[in-house]
Amino acid sequence: MTFVLTEDQEMLRDTAVNFTRDELPVKHLRSLRDAGKNGVDPEARRKLAELGFFGVLIPEEYDGVEMSMTAFGQVMEAQGRTLASTPLLQTACIGASAILMGGTEAQKKEWLPKIAAGEVTTALALDETSHHNPAGVATEAERDGQGYTLNGAKKYVQDGHHADVFIVVARTFGEAGDSHGLTLFLVPRDAKGLTVQTLNTVDSHGAAHLTLDGVHVDDSHVLGAADKGMDVLEPVLDRGRIALAAEMLGSSLAAFEMTHEYMQTRKQFGQLIGSFQALQHRAAKMFTELELTTSCIAAALSAVDSQRNDIAELASLAKARASETVHLVSNETVQLHGGIGMTDDHDSGFYMKRARVQEALLGSASFHRDRYAKLNGY
Amino acid sequence: MPFDAPSDPDAFREKVRGWLEENCPESMRTPMPEDEVVWGGRREKFKNPDSKVWLERMANQGWTAPTWPKEYGGGGLTREQAKILEQEMARIGARTPLFSFGLWMFGPALIEFGNEEQKKRFLPDIVHGKTRWCQGYSEPGAGSDLAGLQTKCEDKGDHYLINGQKVWTSYANEADWIFCLVRTDNTVKHEGISFILFDMESEGVETRPIKLISGSSPFCETFFSDVKVPKDQLVGEVNGGWKIAKRLLQHERSSISASGFGSARGTGMLELEEYAKIHVGTDGDGKLLDGDLRGRIAEHQMYTKAFNLTVQRSQQQAKAGQEVGHTASIIKYAAAKMNQDKHELMIESLGTEGLGWEGEGFDRGAKMVTRGWLRSKGNSIEGGTSEINLNVVSKRVLGLRDHQ
Repeated sequence: MTFVLTEDQEMLRDTAVNFTRDELPVKHLRSLRDAGKNGVDPEARRKLAELGFFGVLIPEEYDGVEMSMTAFGQVMEAQGRTLASTPLLQTACIGASAILMGGTEAQKKEWLPKIAAGEVTTALALDETSHHNPAGVATEAERDGQGYTLNGAKKYVQDGHHADVFIVVARTFGEAGDSHGLTLFLVPRDAKGLTVQTLNTVDSHGAAHLTLDGVHVDDSHVLGAADKGMDVLEPVLDRGRIALAAEMLGSSLAAFEMTHEYMQTRKQFGQLIGSFQALQHRAAKMFTELELTTSCIAAALSAVDSQRNDIAELASLAKARASETVHLVSNETVQLHGGIGMTDDHDSGFYMKRARVQEALLGSASFHRDRYAKLNGY
Repeated sequence: MPFDAPSDPDAFREKVRGWLEENCPESMRTPMPEDEVVWGGRREKFKNPDSKVWLERMANQGWTAPTWPKEYGGGGLTREQAKILEQEMARIGARTPLFSFGLWMFGPALIEFGNEEQKKRFLPDIVHGKTRWCQGYSEPGAGSDLAGLQTKCEDKGDHYLINGQKVWTSYANEADWIFCLVRTDNTVKHEGISFILFDMESEGVETRPIKLISGSSPFCETFFSDVKVPKDQLVGEVNGGWKIAKRLLQHERSSISASGFGSARGTGMLELEEYAKIHVGTDGDGKLLDGDLRGRIAEHQMYTKAFNLTVQRSQQQAKAGQEVGHTASIIKYAAAKMNQDKHELMIESLGTEGLGWEGEGFDRGAKMVTRGWLRSKGNSIEGGTSEINLNVVSKRVLGLRDHQ
């Protein structure tokens, strides 16, 4: 397990932190919201592509910059700091990893260079209820000659409102609740029978519900082996969870820094509020949680890079810990700012709203505690 | 047979391995029961005779204090070599030959602040386990506010005269010597404290063990009435004891937390999830039947994993020359919380089986859990309370100021 960044990773980190600070601050998300853009930002996407961020996990032979998960985690942490709405998690991590791990050579050649260039965005269409549950997929894919016909519905698909291609998880065998029998399909946005319902979400990033009504896909759009979708899906989800946890760490750190700053400027009773012990101890406890969670994220990122056999356990650890931490810190951020924390003018609310979305995506703390217990044999 | 440490790590490892193979008695490669722990000193009885042989052999190499300078009886090893020694000992399951506040706390401080004569006089006996030390810090009126201590030390020309009382003195009734904080000036607070050493057999020293809620008595009240102390036993400057005290507390906090308050291995106790499985039961998939308890156990185990990863991260960063003070400051606080949570969950998992005190009818391991649960309540009090540790984080790490 490596906890110290290499020089290249440090450089990427600096670039990413400076970029989101200068180009995508919370103020930017606020203006996207006020302009009714629902988190969609083609200009930012172009700049992210120029910086090479879409290709961090993509090998050079497919036009990526081929760095590491640890490197990608630095970019995610930076975007979490400013709550930047970008397609990086879905496209550069989940989409790229799914195609890398499950795709045929033809699929890799078709999609990866476009992803690396920021020309195509993808979205994983998995969950069908309001809670993350990979094995619970009921959407059916029925054999129809040269391909499959898909029928079903997907809920709260992150980036679904603007993605060009969906990675739809559907059932080709068994019934909802079985891990076996799932298959992954690449479904273009303009596929006949696919309806995208754009959602206005609390975090201003947007999302979409999908309805698949007799959507036909050719065999060439099957990603990975039929019925064995979980073999690709699980490791891909774990990479996504770890990357999202890194983003959440960034959000937690930024919210904490903002609160820490406020404690050292706001006065009541003629004293800085940061001089009150009741608040000092709350700050110290948050700091402790942040330190512990930082280690979990670094360990999980590093585990992917060294292909350890405990990636699943560390992914659940990272996502659960990051969820608990961002929950705590975002609530305390509002409370310690007092009245101003309740106003829309202040950034506190943005952090809290985004935190709840981050917590729910790819499995809540409770989902991952359950998984962690299972992996540890109880 | 003197051990000439090769500078090449691999050669060193090979040589250490050979030495341990030859010198570590078989019974010293088995898990150590509580009553075979060697604390050294005049009263040490060496319940297992092999532990005496093992201590002597290790001490002759200076390996009870591997990184201390050779001239004071230490091993003179580099950190890297000490790490190799540790790994090789762990590889064969070799017991720690000596438990000692002298090794963990007092020695490192004396190396830094003592004069040459004091180092030559006291350090070798620590290495060899000949002198068992205790720490005279807390007083009835000076716990968290340690610098409020009142034990009086007067300069009587050719000696010092000490009067006062200490409390929570670990194993004072079994110790040979004490390193003690005393007041040499009562007109100022921190600047009026000195650091002094004396023999516990000196006239006027009395110890009374304190019985804890767990039933054990690891601590004493210690009384000093007109104890005469030779002048060459004061360490550092007169009124310069506070900075030594603080440094020593750092050693104490890191040794308490590094030990992680011990684990269940080799003690007859089971791990938390094992107790839960046995006493709460599992369903067909091996899942604990009490879903709420299961979630809390998982949450605790994740906290523990996060803690261990943080210790690892901090060590790696320190090695890479990065600043790690921030991380170190949360370790003691987190370790105390972790150990207390673990014991609460163990007791809860055991149900009434965890509520025995002594005698028949309860499993031996379970009774140890019960005692351990009560003992763990001290983790957030001893060596700096959790509240004091949070103050330290607030002030030193986060830079939050006091009222102006």
